[in-house]
Amino acid sequence: MILMGNDIEYLVGGEVEKFSPLVPYSDLVCDFLSDLSSEIFKDERCKAFPDIISVAFFARQGNIRRLKKSFLDDKFRLGKGLAFHITPSNIPVQFIFSYFFGLLAGNANVVRVPSKNFPQINLLCDITNKILSRSAYRELYNMTAFVRYDRASDWTKFFSAKCQVRLIWGGDATIESIRKIPIPPRSTELVFADRYSLALFDEAALENLNERDIVKVAQNFYNDTYLADQNACSSPQLILWRKSATAKGRKIFWEAVEKLAGERYDFPPIKATGKYTDFCKNAIKFPKTGTLTKNNNVLYRADISELFEGLEDLRGKFGLFYEHDVDSLEELKDFVNEKYQTLTYFGFSPLELAEIVVNNRWRGIDRIIPVGKALDVGVIWDGYDLIGQMSRIVYHE
Amino acid sequence: MLEDLKSWFSINPYSLKAKEKEELLKARLLSLTEHHRKKCSEYANFLRLIDFDNKKISTAADIPFFPVRLFKEYELLSMDRSEVFKVMTSSGTTGQKVSKIFLDKATAMLQQQVMLRLLSSFLGSKRLPMLVIDSPQVIKDRKLFSARGATVIGLSFTARETIYALNDDMSLNMDNVNYFCEKYTGQRSLIFGFTFIVWQHLYKELLKRNIKLNLPEAFLMTGGGWKKLTSESVTRQVFKSKFNETCGIRHFLDHYGMVEQTGCSYFECGHGHLHVSIYSDMFIRDYKNFSLKKNGEAGIIQLVSALPQSYPGHSLLTEDEGIILGEDDCPCGRKGKYFEILGRLKSAELRGCSDTYATKF
Repeated sequence: MILMGNDIEYLVGGEVEKFSPLVPYSDLVCDFLSDLSSEIFKDERCKAFPDIISVAFFARQGNIRRLKKSFLDDKFRLGKGLAFHITPSNIPVQFIFSYFFGLLAGNANVVRVPSKNFPQINLLCDITNKILSRSAYRELYNMTAFVRYDRASDWTKFFSAKCQVRLIWGGDATIESIRKIPIPPRSTELVFADRYSLALFDEAALENLNERDIVKVAQNFYNDTYLADQNACSSPQLILWRKSATAKGRKIFWEAVEKLAGERYDFPPIKATGKYTDFCKNAIKFPKTGTLTKNNNVLYRADISELFEGLEDLRGKFGLFYEHDVDSLEELKDFVNEKYQTLTYFGFSPLELAEIVVNNRWRGIDRIIPVGKALDVGVIWDGYDLIGQMSRIVYHE
Repeated sequence: MLEDLKSWFSINPYSLKAKEKEELLKARLLSLTEHHRKKCSEYANFLRLIDFDNKKISTAADIPFFPVRLFKEYELLSMDRSEVFKVMTSSGTTGQKVSKIFLDKATAMLQQQVMLRLLSSFLGSKRLPMLVIDSPQVIKDRKLFSARGATVIGLSFTARETIYALNDDMSLNMDNVNYFCEKYTGQRSLIFGFTFIVWQHLYKELLKRNIKLNLPEAFLMTGGGWKKLTSESVTRQVFKSKFNETCGIRHFLDHYGMVEQTGCSYFECGHGHLHVSIYSDMFIRDYKNFSLKKNGEAGIIQLVSALPQSYPGHSLLTEDEGIILGEDDCPCGRKGKYFEILGRLKSAELRGCSDTYATKF
């Protein structure tokens, strides 16, 4: 279907008119997610898409129960009302996570899905439709709309005027353009801006691993980076190393990454010239970075001997990493700002790292997670408690 | 200091065999690399961070290649700003960033001289009347030249008389076209325009008005790529036969080139091959590791040129794909490599959560 002018396509659900908000983690929503999860696991068509499987893992009963347990307190809450989600065009499954968060908080949801025809979108919409059509979920059906429309149309304005919460994924430029469109006075907005992320690895810890476990760490790192072209805001750009006496750890690590990426990464010629261009562009803008290390075009690395201000603008895509040696994370104290988002680690205790962030009262780093989890989304994201932010407090002791 | 290229002008630009040419070109490219390193700090940083060592250069192909897209990101000069003679820009569509190429007088002149020397190998050395399939507007802004404008101006220097076939609104100026045809039919002449414009605004207009022209001795020189036409299913063969039908044209002279290396254009001989002269060279690279591909194998095009003195554009990694068909043995008699352009590298569906990167890409 080609959308023109003010056409709108409802992929799931229909116009959201009359509804009443739910309590966060209502049984109805938890059951629905659990059924959706089982359906995905059952559906043969989904097997080829690891990102769809990750959706099913998130929605499964055990996980939702665990999240519910850690959320509930003695406060009485209800969803804020209608949540309007503008989801990023480049991640095929992000829209459904955004929908889950809105539902879990107790809201009705209008979700603008990417205009690109990812097969994942069709599959997920198909399965969601199937589960929502059960009579038990009639109420949720009436609280759901997955829509597609032309960006230039008036629909963003229309839904913005009706929503109690607006979520804008997709980075600085999208936020800037959507913010020009007003929302009602009491409505709030959750925005997900462009961020900068980094990794912290302990060389000695890597050296203690056997070959199989090294490959596992490399695989995890690959998932954090190459899997999304290193273009997600939580994908690390800078790798910090706690150096070992032999400095062997990083050698075995990068060898494993290079081998894996060589085998798995979808790497057409335009990404090779793009990566080379990015490296040269950075070389001109940031002359303090080190020389290029590479065996082939799949993996580019460059050492930074001395950190500098504006580091967060030093970015790579398609497997271009900058490296720096530290004794402690604390050495970043002069550079961390509110642009810093995810710190991925290996061989460290997350508590110890969180303490460094809090004790130094840094303005950035909102996520501290083990290598391999950089792209996992959750109800706590980008420094927000999404369920808390999308619900209102009715009464508390 | 740079040695000048004067001695090169005594050589026929398509007369050197691979080995002789390599000697000449390598020396010039090495001295250009040193020159740009001294004069352009951005270029010096690039050389340093890719770990350039001039002692490791044994052939022209070893000269480091600079990504062509960076001329859209930075203003790169190997001279003082006061020496800027003119600035050329690529003809990007609206909203796209354009390349800005800064020329001093010497480089601008070199470009001009070399382009004319190359052209004369195909058109002869006599000055020809020229019909430009464009509006006179294309050369109006003298300070900011587009690739289209630059080529028109370059050619008009050699032309006996220059006539514009289009009005400012790109409609056909039939009076001018008639004047040109009446005066020069039966004589050798040059018709120049960008491939798509020639098709859209000349051929289609003539067809619509049911007019036929008779220019059997004219050379139809085109450039600017075939992407738009192939998307309308107009192949080179169709293009040629339609112009033969409507205008009686028998001689076609397509060319490939880029604003970042103006002067070193690559012209198509009678056998349909695009030719490399002694002033430049083409290397085909493997995307996996940028190693050199053999003749006959497709890959990413790197272009080196002996001309750029005022900006660091003497060795560029393009985003075009091509294939070297042969070297020194084209049946047309010209020495040097001859090749085929396969088009732009296919763009990739970029993943990640930030929409802006995707649109820039």
